[in-house]
Amino acid sequence: MPIGAVIEFTNITKRFGQTTAVNDLSFTVEPGRVTGFLGPNGAGKTTTLRMLLGLVAPTSGTATFGGLRYRDLTRPLHTVGAALEAASFHPGRTAAHHLGVYTTAAGLPRTRVAEVLHTVGLADHATQRVGGYSLGMRQRLGLAYSLLGDPGVLVLDEPINGLDPEGIKWIRGFLSSMAAEGRTVLVSSHLLSEVQQSVDDVIIIAKGELVHSGPLSSLDTNIAPQVIVDSPDRDALAAALTNAGLAFTSGRTGLIVAVPDPGRVGHIAFTAGVELNVLHRQKAGLEDSFLALVEGGDSL
Amino acid sequence: MNLILRPVAAEFSKILTTRMWWILALVLFGYIALLAGGLAALFGGLDSGAISPDAMNTGGGSAGLSGLGSVPPLIYSFAASVGYVFPVLLGALATTGEFRHQTLTPTFLATPKRGRVLGAKTIALFVVGAALGVVGLAASVGIGALVLGGFGVDPLLADGETWALIGRTVLAMALWAVVGVGLGVLVPSQVASIVIVLAFTQFVEPLLRFAAAFTQVTADIGKFLPGAASDALVGASFYTLASPGGAMLESWQGGLVLLTYGLLATGFGYLTSWKRDVT
Ligand SMILES: Nc1ncnc2c1ncn2[C@@H]1O[C@H](COP(=O)(O)OP(=O)(O)OP(=O)(O)O)[C@@H](O)[C@H]1O
Ligand SMILES: [Mg+2]
Repeated sequence: MPIGAVIEFTNITKRFGQTTAVNDLSFTVEPGRVTGFLGPNGAGKTTTLRMLLGLVAPTSGTATFGGLRYRDLTRPLHTVGAALEAASFHPGRTAAHHLGVYTTAAGLPRTRVAEVLHTVGLADHATQRVGGYSLGMRQRLGLAYSLLGDPGVLVLDEPINGLDPEGIKWIRGFLSSMAAEGRTVLVSSHLLSEVQQSVDDVIIIAKGELVHSGPLSSLDTNIAPQVIVDSPDRDALAAALTNAGLAFTSGRTGLIVAVPDPGRVGHIAFTAGVELNVLHRQKAGLEDSFLALVEGGDSL
Repeated sequence: MNLILRPVAAEFSKILTTRMWWILALVLFGYIALLAGGLAALFGGLDSGAISPDAMNTGGGSAGLSGLGSVPPLIYSFAASVGYVFPVLLGALATTGEFRHQTLTPTFLATPKRGRVLGAKTIALFVVGAALGVVGLAASVGIGALVLGGFGVDPLLADGETWALIGRTVLAMALWAVVGVGLGVLVPSQVASIVIVLAFTQFVEPLLRFAAAFTQVTADIGKFLPGAASDALVGASFYTLASPGGAMLESWQGGLVLLTYGLLATGFGYLTSWKRDVT
């Protein structure tokens, strides 16, 4: 039974010219749990995972598996299985040949090819050229590649993209069972709801920086109930709230005020003579906590 | 040992599981067979009197063709002197394809030591280039000798020098594939690489070699052009006939120059593109 290693990021930073894609990120990922690596588009998830896998050189900092950098692993595919978002296939090669190439490179038994194709549900398409594959089939083939070495660590970048509902259900169960076997499972997504049902821990980044890390339940208590308020004259409302000394952020449906009591917000608006068209108390859901975290950037 | 054997085996499998290698081998065979067969028929016809030399306006009689001993090697050398573009293309496609289809990601995940991958690719393409050499020779020697023999010209197949030429041709084709790998890693854009191969081999270099032959100084430089080095290695080609007494490297020097081109391109390409971030 493969035992997962601890993934550890230490002060990792990546700059592409002027752009800082990842900024001084530090966190650990534990074996035996599914960890969701979350952040909006462009947050730096893919860049972080590529640094972990030695494909992108960090500007500074390190990323290791049980203390070893990817390039120092003696049998990398045995230790870590990775599937990254971009389709990385020669369109003229069949799925079985595609996997066969890397089975040879890693010195794995040829029988693994059929086994992993069966696991991801592509057994019937093994001899089809990948050029004719659908997005979901490519996604499955990427996953098949990651499983070749029966690794103790799985690193998957947006594995749910392009899967049909049945596929999504299957992969959720699959990831949980991998973690239950003691493996380390790190899965990125830009949607919390996509992975919410299967993750144990979450790491949330925005603009290349860590904004939250902890068990999924920590998102629940992370944000207290809040008040959503809006006015036809939002500027006047904002001014009134500022005068009253209340902190708020702009949300999709109005201003989000970090107080539990709608009456207090209503009173402030009333005394300032600001008309309201929205005023309600909201018990933040996980997704809202997530959005608040990533919109707030590094303010939390 | 497995550390290099496995990546080499993987590189072979990459080539053999796509169609490009046999398409190129097929075209190479057809092209060289046509040229070698055609030229063998022409010379054979002249020698046997089936074609009148006067018709060729050479001004000489059949006696002028007593130097036909140089014809079979010339025809046999087509395998490399004309066919060399095929291993270069295969080598360039093998590297640029990795960039184009983003297969560097699974490749470097399976073999994180990138230099090892490039070394393995060079070794694999050297062997596949040699195999293309055998295909080219099957056309130039196989068809050429058959046609020459048909006209009663000695195809010189019992001659040890012919077999030495065949061996040097295989080596030249292998080295050309290595040059292709180097070009591909130096110019990772597949389209740009193909354009460079075709423009350089079919147009720029022949022109340069022709122009270089005019003065001694340029001729001394021109003999270091890759095509000239390859011809020197093989030891016979129509360029050498076209400019008799022209500057030529020794055979072994030609091979060394060609190898140097390949390794230099690969080395620079390793630093400029192979080691870069794979995003
Ligand atoms: N090769 C590159 N050159 C320049 N900038 C890059 C490069 N790769 C990524 N970036 C930049 O780095 C930032 C992070 O990109 P990254 O792909 O890591 O984000 P992501 O979180 O994976 O986003 P998504 O959810 O869209 O996949 C972006 O601003 C992007 O423009
Ligand atoms: Mg991404």
